[in-house]
Amino acid sequence: MELTALAFYLFAIVSICSAVFVTLSRHPVHSVLWLILAFLSSAGLFVLLGAEFLAMLLIIIYVGAVAVLFLFVVMMLNVDFAALKADMAKFLPIGLLMGIVILIELGLVFGDWKFANNSLDLRLAITPPLDEVHNTEALGLLIYDEFIYLFQASGLILLVAMIGAIVLTMRHRKGIKRQNVMEQMSRDPSTAMELKDVKSGQGL
Amino acid sequence: MITLEHYLMVASVLFVVGIFGIFLNRKNVIVILMSIELMLLAVNINFVAFSSFLGDLVGQVFSLFILTVAAAEAAIGLAILVCFFRVRGTIAVEEINSMKG
Repeated sequence: MELTALAFYLFAIVSICSAVFVTLSRHPVHSVLWLILAFLSSAGLFVLLGAEFLAMLLIIIYVGAVAVLFLFVVMMLNVDFAALKADMAKFLPIGLLMGIVILIELGLVFGDWKFANNSLDLRLAITPPLDEVHNTEALGLLIYDEFIYLFQASGLILLVAMIGAIVLTMRHRKGIKRQNVMEQMSRDPSTAMELKDVKSGQGL
Repeated sequence: MITLEHYLMVASVLFVVGIFGIFLNRKNVIVILMSIELMLLAVNINFVAFSSFLGDLVGQVFSLFILTVAAAEAAIGLAILVCFFRVRGTIAVEEINSMKG
């Protein structure tokens, strides 16, 4: 067996097995760790497909940001996870049934299909040969040129998500001293300070 | 020889495992969110596989935007989850139907 086929089967089997363990794990921390393994092996599949930039992006975004976010939330919330797992067996048969039905339907589609006759003429951005432009550079040329508006829109989505997450989770508790900048800046000596005329030999 | 169908099969199995996870962990919303991430990953594999085998880079650009939306969705979902936990003290999603107004 050639090396790329061997690597493909390794990455595919590891990613599918770890995806199954994500759903079956007893504790959500284990689920997050299996999820990280699934994303890493999928990044390997992307490298095999020649999409190195997306593979590195998958590692940085999913393993570096999303999985760590999940870990934070799982460890921050003090939840009795065993109680949530209790009636997992009740939903196992219907879940397996649905899964097998959808898999058979998808298998029927993959069993007999072919590209349209003019599919090669319909390509929007033909991949340049690798010895001229490598993957990251070609993607950059495309994103910053043809898809600049979509790129800006995705930046806007991230901004809205950031603001939304901050607004949702921020809360002001009563009885905790906070800095009020406007109050500090609008102080003036006439109200902040009081002059007393003290007689000598006596305290206040 | 690894063909396009191999990648499509891996992606469809990952997608089905994601659906299976949603069915299996109906109470635990954290694992439901992780299953949704798995399904988006399967869609990404489909896009990149077609992009690679057809020689069209637009599939990878699409996959990039899906990645963005998935990250935003995970952040917002977990923020809502933290809010819900503060109010109710649990993350069992089956009880959300008692939330009014």
